[in-house]
Amino acid sequence: MNNIIEKANLEVFAETLLELGKKNKDIIVVTSDSRGSGKLVPFGEKLPEQIIEVGIAEQNLVGISAGLSAGGKTVFAVSPSSFLTARSLEQIKNDVAYSNHPTKLIGISSGISYGQLGSTHHSIHDLAVLRTINNITIVVPADNFETRESIKQSVNYNKPIFIRFGKKPMMKIHNDNQNFQIGKAIKVLIGSDVTFIAIGETVQRAVLASDILKKEGISSTVVSMHTLKPFDEKTFLESLIGSKALITIEEHSINGGLGEKCASIISQNNINIPFKILGIPDEYMINGSQSDVLDHYDMEPEKISKIAKKMLK
Amino acid sequence: MNLKQLTLKSIHYRKTILEIIYNGGAGHTAGSLSCVDILNVLYNNILDITPNNFQSIKRNRYIQSKGHSVEALYTVLCDKQFFSLNDLKTLNNFNSHFIGHPTRKVNGIEHNTGALGHGLSVAVGIALANKLNKNNYNVYTLLGDGELSEGSVWEALNSAKKYQLDNLIIIIDRNKLQITGKTEDVNPIEPLNDKFKSFGLEVKEVEGNNLEELNLIFNKTPFKKNKPNLIIANTTKGKGISFIENVVKWHHKVPTKEEYEQAINELNLQEKKYS
Ligand SMILES: Cc1ncc(C[n+]2csc(CCOP(=O)(O)OP(=O)(O)O)c2C)c(N)n1
Ligand SMILES: [Mg+2]
Repeated sequence: MNNIIEKANLEVFAETLLELGKKNKDIIVVTSDSRGSGKLVPFGEKLPEQIIEVGIAEQNLVGISAGLSAGGKTVFAVSPSSFLTARSLEQIKNDVAYSNHPTKLIGISSGISYGQLGSTHHSIHDLAVLRTINNITIVVPADNFETRESIKQSVNYNKPIFIRFGKKPMMKIHNDNQNFQIGKAIKVLIGSDVTFIAIGETVQRAVLASDILKKEGISSTVVSMHTLKPFDEKTFLESLIGSKALITIEEHSINGGLGEKCASIISQNNINIPFKILGIPDEYMINGSQSDVLDHYDMEPEKISKIAKKMLK
Repeated sequence: MNLKQLTLKSIHYRKTILEIIYNGGAGHTAGSLSCVDILNVLYNNILDITPNNFQSIKRNRYIQSKGHSVEALYTVLCDKQFFSLNDLKTLNNFNSHFIGHPTRKVNGIEHNTGALGHGLSVAVGIALANKLNKNNYNVYTLLGDGELSEGSVWEALNSAKKYQLDNLIIIIDRNKLQITGKTEDVNPIEPLNDKFKSFGLEVKEVEGNNLEELNLIFNKTPFKKNKPNLIIANTTKGKGISFIENVVKWHHKVPTKEEYEQAINELNLQEKKYS
């Protein structure tokens, strides 16, 4: 791949939402002192009638968003993923998911985007906790294209949905003519030796690892599993056919996320394959920038390629 | 400490805050400058929390609920010998415990904060424990005014009143700004004084960057038997640096080299005036 760095998914989200909001007056954005963090200042200036600010009150944010949805509005509740999914979890569970309102919950600066701000600001729990809540779709776009498409498709998505992404410029993974559908994983690369299943912004790390492996004659399958729930079991199982090793990568705790979802499927399908889950281990997390922390926990492309080679031996 | 000593301390603290934020490449500049005078008076004249008694529960406590202003707290703790300036200078480095919010991995930090709206409940819990333990130690906690939008704050106030926690001293850093802009535009919270009174608190207001006033009011805590104490400290966000004061973007802006030098110049001038 030629590694073109595009915008931050956060920026693409904000631009897409502004375009959509101009055409659809029912689109309402709800923020909790998170307008600037969500790059939504232009939205607020151009469409002041379509933005509701609740102050630093995330539970209220989600409750009000559920109510606005019940009132016929197309609602995007935007707040840092850490607070949105921890502080407001009960509102998500009862007022959005259980009550079945198609509210769009947007977790910004997710994973360890906040780097040195530490664990209060990290969301390495969000995918796991939302996986255990019935009736909510979970999407983690890999690049600008997936972000744009998932936001656009979420408008008419008639179920509760959670979308999370970070704030760093991302590598281009897909061409704009790629087919994107919420719930349908995308095979980014098709190879024969090792299968990488990655989610969100770690897809680029899988691709970079596969570039390294390619130089050593090892071919990789890379799947962007942008929708964690409902999970595209079919594409996942296809990606394992003939493969000699499976590595999952997520900017999330190794507990309860993508890796354990894959583990559950392979064990229930009696598939026997060398398997490694990469993510944040259960320990007092090391402090540092997002990329330093990911690198430290073996998600550096070079380290990923070494792990793959060891598994293939 | 007398007023002159406190004044020089605050200037010195402001320099350190700017230095560690400038070198660390990140930080909550204006909120730290806003509350540092409060921390100065508390740690130097009121709390008597030292590296020697810190491990004991028989002492006063300080919980910083507005965790993002951690640079002010680190600076004061460093001055109180909880760790060295060299340690503090690792702020934001890979593998340093000095990060952008309070963590108990750092000596002198009482509680891990950073998600707003948690500190008061924890402070209520400690104040309750002090009552149950029949000791006379006080719990001080500092909240942001934007933080008051969190419902949990008001839940905690109810408990404080119910258990008549006169050993609880709540300080509001009332700088009238939050990330997006003015608190009264983002999510109006006035009439604050009346709201707190109606929750059964003994409420006082002070100029929150006036060391003399702060010293007087803190020396009067606890105010009344059986009533939780609340001090609305009317502060200026970014206090002390002309171009940072009351400018919204300085919530978490890091000074450029020129800005840093200009800020230090301003503080040097203030220092000259007082020494
Ligand atoms: C639960 C939670 N929501 C959002 C944030 C992000 N945040 C950090 S500081 C801040 C503004 C705080 O304003 P205020 O309480 O007035 O503090 P100050 O003005 O003293 O900096 C926000 C929204 C957070 N840290 N915690
Ligand atoms: Mg404030």
